[in-house]
Amino acid sequence: MVNTGDTAWVLTSAALVLLMTPGLALFYGGMVRSKSVLNMMMMSFGALALISVLWVIYGYSIAFGDDLGGGLVGDPSQFFGLKGMMADVTTEAGGLPPMAFVAFQCVFAIITVALISGAIADRAKFGTWMLFAGIWATVVYFPIAHWVFDFSAGAHVGGWVANNLLAIDFAGGTAVHINAGAAGLALALVLGKRKGFGREAMRPHNLPLVMIGAGLLWFGWFGFNAGSALAANNTAAVTFMNTIVATAAASLGWLLTEKIRDGHATSLGAASGVVAGLVAITPACSALSPMGSIALGAVAGVLCALAVGLKYKFGYDDSLDVVGVHLVGGLVGTIGVGFLATAAAPAGVDGLFYGGGVDQLWRQAVGAIAIMVVSFVATYVIGIALEKTVGFRIDGEDEVAGIDLAVHAETGYDLHSTAGARSSGNPVLVDSGRTMNERKGTA
Amino acid sequence: MKLVTAVIKPHKWEEVREALETFGVTGMTVSEVSGYGRQKGHTEVYRGAEYDIALVPKIRIEIIVDDADAEDVVGVIVTGAQTGRIGDGKVWVVPVEGVVRVRTGDRDEAAI
Repeated sequence: MVNTGDTAWVLTSAALVLLMTPGLALFYGGMVRSKSVLNMMMMSFGALALISVLWVIYGYSIAFGDDLGGGLVGDPSQFFGLKGMMADVTTEAGGLPPMAFVAFQCVFAIITVALISGAIADRAKFGTWMLFAGIWATVVYFPIAHWVFDFSAGAHVGGWVANNLLAIDFAGGTAVHINAGAAGLALALVLGKRKGFGREAMRPHNLPLVMIGAGLLWFGWFGFNAGSALAANNTAAVTFMNTIVATAAASLGWLLTEKIRDGHATSLGAASGVVAGLVAITPACSALSPMGSIALGAVAGVLCALAVGLKYKFGYDDSLDVVGVHLVGGLVGTIGVGFLATAAAPAGVDGLFYGGGVDQLWRQAVGAIAIMVVSFVATYVIGIALEKTVGFRIDGEDEVAGIDLAVHAETGYDLHSTAGARSSGNPVLVDSGRTMNERKGTA
Repeated sequence: MKLVTAVIKPHKWEEVREALETFGVTGMTVSEVSGYGRQKGHTEVYRGAEYDIALVPKIRIEIIVDDADAEDVVGVIVTGAQTGRIGDGKVWVVPVEGVVRVRTGDRDEAAI
């Protein structure tokens, strides 16, 4: 007998988390220039398509199969093609159908890959991005998901961060955000700066899209965090509330930082603060009180608002601040657990500020730093290998003219009717019926 | 005949249009343009990065008028568009050799 309440909540949460990736596409798409909005959104949609398929074939098994040794990687053959996963094996006591958990974890893998794309806006070959996405998920994400999310149970042996280090990462501050942030930094270094970076104005072309995207991310994030309780229970409710209030505090923190430093509270700052807060509370939402969540969110909002300026200081073009928001926010949240955790919260651990000493703090720091370093190094190697073989950057002229037209043969907007009209000849009203080779003139 | 061209601040456009209509101008061509003069551009800040935006949005009005009306139309526009602050824009007048009304084929003064 399945527990119907838990099952309903986890399936709903999976749908919420899936919506985050289109939300991220809007958030990122609005931030780039109008000539590259489609490519930016396509990197997210491409990840949606590819990673779901890989997850079913072997991704789930690498992440949640029996450990092959050292808590580093699951057995890819155990659940290959999700074999044996369709049977209802829930016990009489009530539980979750295995496939509900498979689906819930699938959408985590998708968004983690999609997050990285913000670091390489406007300039990456789409084919190489898709290759990268598949390789990165296989070599980096699936094993790290095993480290963090795969808890040992009965005869099943899981990953080292969850079971040996005992770091608290409720919904993926390390596996998702530090991982994607460090990968974004590595890829930004491999691809190099956009033409005109630091000289030309590369302002967001559509801030309302950014705001809609941030709103959808926040909405979907309730599935991400409260869904990670894997049950419709008290933990889900506590993490839900913490997800609201930490996010709100981070948005305030970002706006205040801007007001003091630049003189204006901006809409992009409000939206960015929302995402920074969501990132920070992700690992911490089960370990903090609502008041602790406010403190964590505020710190994340301020630190991330300051961190997005680092790329100009150090000269790396992390175009949409994957480092400043996800890496820094992930570190704040994961390490913040070590300070702000309270035993009154569902995780039941006291941090440094609640008299728990440094025990939890060092566990958090080791988990965060290990994943940051492994992700950065592995991503850099994958990126360089792709750059040397198939090439990662588009032609410089195409980059200036706009990647949408060069790579996808589309443009995002047709705002002036004259621009798309034909002044002579027959308009194309029906399918020409010609094959691709005929159209290319090679038939 | 003269072509009167004015580049003005967008928020004064409605006032100028009403004044021109009251004066008796029956038609004009209006476009959204951008440019800069002594006003220069402005600064925008995105995630703490300051961008100097060189071009300022303006409204360009083009009106073809009889020689006798040119000076008055310029006056109407200047009165309507003036704020006294930098960036109010420019109005200029150039001679026009010929005009044709496309619908009827009327020429010159009859086409205005």
